[in-house]
Amino acid sequence: MIFQPAIIALLLGSLVVTIMVLAASGFGVQVLRRWNIGSGSELQVKLERQTYLISTLMGFACTIELVSLLLFVFNADRMASQFVGAMCAVGTLNANEFGFPALTLKLINFFLAGIWLILNYVDNKGYDYPLIKPKYLLLLVLAPLMATEFGLQLAYFLGLEADIITSCCGSIFGSDANTVASEMGSLPLSTSMIIFYSVMTLTLLAGVFFILTGKGGIVFAAMSGIGFVAAIQGVISFISIYIYEHPHHHCPFDVIQGGYNYIGYPLYIPLFSAALLGLGVGGLLPFRQKQSLSEVIPLVGRRFAIVSVAGFALFLTVATLSIVFSNLIMFEK
Amino acid sequence: MNSWLEKQRSIIDFTIASLLRRKGRNLGLLVVYTAIIFLLASVMLFSHSVKREAQVVLAGSPEVIVQRMVAGRHDLISQDYAEKLKGVRGARNVTPRLWGYYFDPTVSANYTVMVPDDRTIAPKNIVVGEGIARARGAGIGDVLAFRGYDGTLFSFSIAEVLASDSELVSADLMLVSEEDYRSFFGIPDGLFTDIVMTVRNQREVRTVAQKIATALPDTRPILREEILRTYDSLFDWREGMMLVLLAGSVLAFSIFAWEKASGLSAEEKREIGILKAVGWETSDVIRMKFWEGGLVSMFAFLLGYLLAYLHVFHMSAGLFETVLKGWAVLYPDFSPTPFIDGFQVVTLFFFTVFPYTVATIVPIWRAAIIDPDAVMRS
Amino acid sequence: MIYLDNVHKIFNQGKVNEFQAIKGVDLTLEGGKISVLKGPSGSGKTTLLTMIGGLSRPTSGRVRLQDRDLSSLPERFLTEIRRKTFGFVFQQFNLIKGLSVLDNVMVPALPTGRDHKEVRDQAAALLGRLKIAHKSGARVEWLSGGEAQRVAIARALVNDPEIVIADEPTANLDSALSEEFLEIIHGVKQEGRTVLMTSHDPVVCDAQVVDRVVSMRDGALVDGHQA
Repeated sequence: MIFQPAIIALLLGSLVVTIMVLAASGFGVQVLRRWNIGSGSELQVKLERQTYLISTLMGFACTIELVSLLLFVFNADRMASQFVGAMCAVGTLNANEFGFPALTLKLINFFLAGIWLILNYVDNKGYDYPLIKPKYLLLLVLAPLMATEFGLQLAYFLGLEADIITSCCGSIFGSDANTVASEMGSLPLSTSMIIFYSVMTLTLLAGVFFILTGKGGIVFAAMSGIGFVAAIQGVISFISIYIYEHPHHHCPFDVIQGGYNYIGYPLYIPLFSAALLGLGVGGLLPFRQKQSLSEVIPLVGRRFAIVSVAGFALFLTVATLSIVFSNLIMFEK
Repeated sequence: MNSWLEKQRSIIDFTIASLLRRKGRNLGLLVVYTAIIFLLASVMLFSHSVKREAQVVLAGSPEVIVQRMVAGRHDLISQDYAEKLKGVRGARNVTPRLWGYYFDPTVSANYTVMVPDDRTIAPKNIVVGEGIARARGAGIGDVLAFRGYDGTLFSFSIAEVLASDSELVSADLMLVSEEDYRSFFGIPDGLFTDIVMTVRNQREVRTVAQKIATALPDTRPILREEILRTYDSLFDWREGMMLVLLAGSVLAFSIFAWEKASGLSAEEKREIGILKAVGWETSDVIRMKFWEGGLVSMFAFLLGYLLAYLHVFHMSAGLFETVLKGWAVLYPDFSPTPFIDGFQVVTLFFFTVFPYTVATIVPIWRAAIIDPDAVMRS
Repeated sequence: MIYLDNVHKIFNQGKVNEFQAIKGVDLTLEGGKISVLKGPSGSGKTTLLTMIGGLSRPTSGRVRLQDRDLSSLPERFLTEIRRKTFGFVFQQFNLIKGLSVLDNVMVPALPTGRDHKEVRDQAAALLGRLKIAHKSGARVEWLSGGEAQRVAIARALVNDPEIVIADEPTANLDSALSEEFLEIIHGVKQEGRTVLMTSHDPVVCDAQVVDRVVSMRDGALVDGHQA
């Protein structure tokens, strides 16, 4: 394995976070079994105290998850020079079969952890801990996923040997390679753009409708998820080539590098936040019947939706401006 | 939003006052914390800077080096190989090279002797690197004597000493004319050490290498990108090793942090009890304690990093040079050029602030759940 | 205004040293009045006080403030209500050493998110009203008993609470200072606040300003029924 500080840091971080989440779930199980909000018994007081620990642990774990997601991608990009044929993070991730699964699971866990934080935030606003059961059930789902993520990362890093011939984004994302990724890239440009802009517009409309009327929250949440996928597809299939000003450079990771003015950040940060908050709205809606949350959820939901719509809009703006101001010409008039 | 900000501000105010009230206690922690960060940051800054240096220097080395192999060992290569190589599509600037090693018993050091292709050297003259000049205590005009391949004494006069900003590669370099080289080492005409070349199209390097290997099966082409990768790997590995060795101290520090956070004096416990009795919630106390840790961390991080920076770039990392540069007799006297990047800082964070915070989570929570009831009764 | 329904408090429940501190208390306390819980030490008056003030929860039974059930609230919300509604003056004053008088007074307001300057001004005003403004920069360790108590009262008032609770307020004071204290308390009542105290000091229990005295013994009210 490659003995690099960043890799050690990532593995260490992932291990610690996994242990934390497992410990938190352990407490969570106790809470689920014995929780009785009406009782003033010493056990109940003790359980309530434990929830503070769980919240703190989870808040911490989620922050680390987020940072390590960034670090993971950054590191993969940096290390590309050590692999023959790798020109960016994609090459590094392809060095063995665990690379992309690890990244995918990291993304999923990022969203799940974010949703947990949202549930926790809303739960704290209701005076009788109304979301305590769903919260800790989610935790029980998250724990094995985190452990798996650690396992995948470990397998990936242990299996990394420098000098391995790997494929670079040109060959995966170019239209002659036979992978899903290449199919995404090989749709005719105009079709890609039409799909992208349609989906994004629908998402924005769903959001605005929800903000104004308070209805259709589930639709908006679903559109947030779909919008996220469409956005990533958009980045890979055409936004990237305009940013790089190169018709075959589809890599979604290089945009976070300095060579491209770090445009990846104003692109991805709003997108991820928007998707997370949009999904969060969906996560909250099933609970709006609870008495203590009857006012809170519509209020919070609306607030989240506003930020989410703003995020998607910002992403769209940055992407479109990158295309408009690019020197690349793909369509001859 | 505004009230949330006010609340944070108020709690931070209180936290700062609280930290200042217990200067003695917090000072010990701060010193240890800063020391750990200093240590780790020095390692990282130094190895990154050396790695960068190596990359910059290697950028000037030839793209492809072709060596002839006999029974698995590097042997001399003949002129006609160069002709064949010129015929390979994509190969450019095919140039044979003459270079070798000379062991100087007077200073127990190995010199790299080379025939340069970018300058002519007068017969019986040599151009040496700073390392050799220092080791032999010689300068321009001085005469050095070496023993040739057959035992005869050769005298060379130093015509020039290479500039010190290229020391990393030139410290042990000795440049001679082709004639002198051949007579000193006994290499007949038409034979060379290896052949170098560039490639027309960067992306075709590997294909060209393959063609060379097919055309000349008893040679091995070495690619610059391979060397770069290997150096990268090597430095990374060394850096990783050092950090792992320092892991012991990070662990000790974490335990220390845990102890500090857990060992609340009776006075501190009473204070938390009072806070809770007058209306602070458990999460407010937790927040305050995290701000405490955060402020200490920030301060230690800045201070430790600054000290490490000064140490590495202004004092040439006196503490670790030996380990990280590799064991040799002729040390290039080089000052690492400052090079920081965000990625490095984040990794440093993971090794220092992260363990500290993890170690303090449970003790902070335990402190925060103190029962205000007890305060009423005391 | 404050209602207790069949309140019990058991310490170390289920263990060998289980102890029943409060045994089934029913009580109604009127707003805007000064009430005193009287009884010898060990009678449970301090425990009852902590439950009324939201510092602890009853093992069973309910504590209601107006129409709000305090006893079933989790700590998070209980604390918020307590902060806004109650002001505490402890027997030992419990001021934070190392902080100035002014800073001490501001402590309960810090987590409320109120504007810092506004809180500072209010604290200074309270100290002025209690005639102790000249000591606002002083460290609390240097105060005399009477001065410390005034600071404690100022701190209790900083969040403008409806109800002021004082535990054995005259235990560490001489008669002259006790009288002064009663005057201050009367002033607090005249602002429209409710005052609840525990004491076994006759100076307090027999004072004119006190509207009502409730006697306790061994964890129960002496009269046995709603008084």
